[in-house]
Amino acid sequence: MTEAPRRTALDATHRALGATMTDFAGWDMPLRYGSERDEHLAVRTRAGLFDLSHMGEITLTGPGAGRALDHALVGDLSALAVGRARYTMICEAGGGILDDLIVYRLGEQEYMVVANASNAQVVLDALTERAAGFDAVVRDDRENYALIAVQGPASPGILKSVTDADLDGLKYYAGLPGTVAGVSALIARTGYTGEDGFELFVAPSDAEKLWQALTEAGADAGLVPCGLSCRDTLRLEAGMPLYGHELTTATTPFDAGLGRVVKFDKAGDFVGREALTAAAERAASAPPRKLVGLIAAGRRVPRAGYPVVTADGTVVGEVTSGAPSPTLGKPIAIAYVDAAHATAGTEGVCVDIRGTHEPYEVVALPFYKRER
Amino acid sequence: MSNPQQLRYTKEHEWLSATDENGVATVGITEFAANALGDVVYAQLPAVGDTVTAGETCGELESTKSVSDLYAPVTGEVVEANQDVVDDPALVNTAPFEGGWLFKVKITDEPAELLTADEYTAFAG
Repeated sequence: MTEAPRRTALDATHRALGATMTDFAGWDMPLRYGSERDEHLAVRTRAGLFDLSHMGEITLTGPGAGRALDHALVGDLSALAVGRARYTMICEAGGGILDDLIVYRLGEQEYMVVANASNAQVVLDALTERAAGFDAVVRDDRENYALIAVQGPASPGILKSVTDADLDGLKYYAGLPGTVAGVSALIARTGYTGEDGFELFVAPSDAEKLWQALTEAGADAGLVPCGLSCRDTLRLEAGMPLYGHELTTATTPFDAGLGRVVKFDKAGDFVGREALTAAAERAASAPPRKLVGLIAAGRRVPRAGYPVVTADGTVVGEVTSGAPSPTLGKPIAIAYVDAAHATAGTEGVCVDIRGTHEPYEVVALPFYKRER
Repeated sequence: MSNPQQLRYTKEHEWLSATDENGVATVGITEFAANALGDVVYAQLPAVGDTVTAGETCGELESTKSVSDLYAPVTGEVVEANQDVVDDPALVNTAPFEGGWLFKVKITDEPAELLTADEYTAFAG
């Protein structure tokens, strides 16, 4: 028996908007409302509205909450200032990545961990286990939040029109409590699109009101509702890893080129320290496959799992994510490639697309970086 | 969405026009299929001179999220591929029954189970 997919507080709204729905990690989520290409370009040039209520929120409170997170995660969370957020990871004792996370410090003794929908239970279980012995309480907050994101260059103006919160004082990777369109929200300047934008954590019962208010506030600025399909192409262009693709339990942060998130110099021991120390040494002395960008010369689209090959057919890597890039107008991919072929500009790299070797240009990530 | 009455359809969501005086029919995919695919970004069509066989793959359509095989609704020789679609695959989305047609085939054999518009509408919902 498979369980019926879960529905977000905005489910009726999505259906009324004519969304194409898809199962994602056990949730029935909007894939797209119209053209995913148009949604993508709206976020790059104007603004897009996303329902991300499937993400998993876990709250840690108590005098030992920071230390518990320092022990459970690879980052130095007790050093995080109140009101700031950090990108971090939770690893197995063997160094493999269990999930990538954003952690918000909401108070001296309060943190909110946001996990990927597909890993939320794994992260909750691991945090609960790893926080034992610390003076901290781990709370499953998944049912207590809906998450709405407004992303794109017009998003600050749109949000300003419906909140008195000091958005100008809100830095990138920060969050503050406030009131938006009359509802209480945690307003975070984070996102997964490569654009400026905000993520609004609210009570599920307030989600509909907030969605409608943002829709009206953004109408003149060209804001459109956006689904998971364009979210994936936006993050791909921005070179952001996706769990299950670039990041897996078979990958350490160093393998993914994200070793900087591992803070060896923090106080106390943390889960995975020994294995990650070895992974860091391995990465420095004998680089493993590196995560690179590939841009197609032609029009065929690489998909996750397709081999990266040289002209003579030797396999030198594997695609982890691929899609047509609306911004570049060409297919792009992220791939793990042997160090010998991972330098930008390396000649003769192809992707085996169902038997045909299509030429690709090796580039450094990201494909797209917004102007600031 | 409405499926034009004068066309016939397959359960693989291709449509087939009536044949002209030379026994040539036009093939495309339905609006239902185009919507299900999402934005089509690449079309690999059969080449002129290829023989296609009813029910067998003869090309592929790639969209943002997936790649789908294109099946031949009838058996015959391809006499034209729509270069406009190769150049601008989005035509499959914007005009699936018109400018987004895929290829023309000189029919040598056609299966009995092609659907009428009403039968296809009932099938595809």
